[in-house]
Amino acid sequence: MHIKAYIEREDKEKSIAIDKGTTVKEVLHHLKINPVTVIVARNNEIVTGDEQLKDGDFLNIISVISGG
Amino acid sequence: MECCQLQPVIELPGELKLCKTHFIEHFEGKVLRTIRQFNLLDKDDHIGVAVSGGKDSLTTVSLLKRLSDENPRITISAYAIDEGIHGYRDATLITAKKFCESIGVPLHVFSYEEEFGMPLDEILKILDVKPCSICGIFRRYLLNKKAKELGFTKVATGHNMDDEAQSIMMNQFRNDLKASARLGPRTGLKEHQGFVTRIKPLYLCSEKEVATYAFLKGILDKFTECPNVVKSYRAEVRDTLNEFENKFPGTKHNIISSFLGALPLLKGQFRDEALGVCPQCGEPSAKDVCNACKWANKLTEAKKTILIESGRAGN
Repeated sequence: MHIKAYIEREDKEKSIAIDKGTTVKEVLHHLKINPVTVIVARNNEIVTGDEQLKDGDFLNIISVISGG
Repeated sequence: MECCQLQPVIELPGELKLCKTHFIEHFEGKVLRTIRQFNLLDKDDHIGVAVSGGKDSLTTVSLLKRLSDENPRITISAYAIDEGIHGYRDATLITAKKFCESIGVPLHVFSYEEEFGMPLDEILKILDVKPCSICGIFRRYLLNKKAKELGFTKVATGHNMDDEAQSIMMNQFRNDLKASARLGPRTGLKEHQGFVTRIKPLYLCSEKEVATYAFLKGILDKFTECPNVVKSYRAEVRDTLNEFENKFPGTKHNIISSFLGALPLLKGQFRDEALGVCPQCGEPSAKDVCNACKWANKLTEAKKTILIESGRAGN
């Protein structure tokens, strides 16, 4: 199974291989992103860390940190 | 624990998960309670919201506008400082202008170039200074000065719980309790006719809560970062606190709660410190000449030196 993740702060898109039942929190851990610093949207809907991902999901990882 | 059957959009410390509708209620309710608990608004206030175009200030102006629509004796205006940071502030100001126009709030823009003769990008080329240091001094100076010129009774900022927790810890690390005494949801060490009171309606909302609310309300703009931010001490403290918050949820809330308990003592300790007036600009100043004038004077000197040197080179 694969998902794609767009990391807004780095302006990068990554393809990630995942196992069945992998959660948003686990993907963030894999990407070394602190969950406190982002919100994650799937199809423009926010999902929380425990959400399990499906093959082909596209995640938008949006920084909550103020830019200045 | 989930609030209902609907898809949760946020997990708060304490493992409470809220759906979109319940989170919006929770967030707006918290801002209203903050305003009431700390007496942030008075009848007939003319609030000037300091906007940058970021999620915090746009959320603040949006919520205060709604309150003013329900309480017509309260007037809301917005104002912004254009520091002159190419590729950053010019973009966020466009967002601020569009948003304020869309909700019917007048926006006034003031710039370093008009006030100090140069944008920040140019200032940093001729003065040896940390960007956030001089920028903070000039911005705070202009926000207070322009608030008085525009007749604002209070200045509202978008400072959230994360900003405040960072400031508290920075002051602890620097052993600067006097600076902490000036913090809080309603700031200022004592009433001084030269100071316009500052209020922080998002004081008890975490940065993640504000971003979630802004996203759900469609006012979260694309991430842009000040090119100078990587050099700041605040950014180091921010990242450390976020690591702590991830390992120990509720850390930032606990910093704020304990600080609010100690704040009356801190304010009492520093209340009697003399606060004069800068002889150069007339703004309040703890020292003789205020920090903004000191830096403006250094800038004038640096410009003169460059003119003299370029004159020599031309001869």
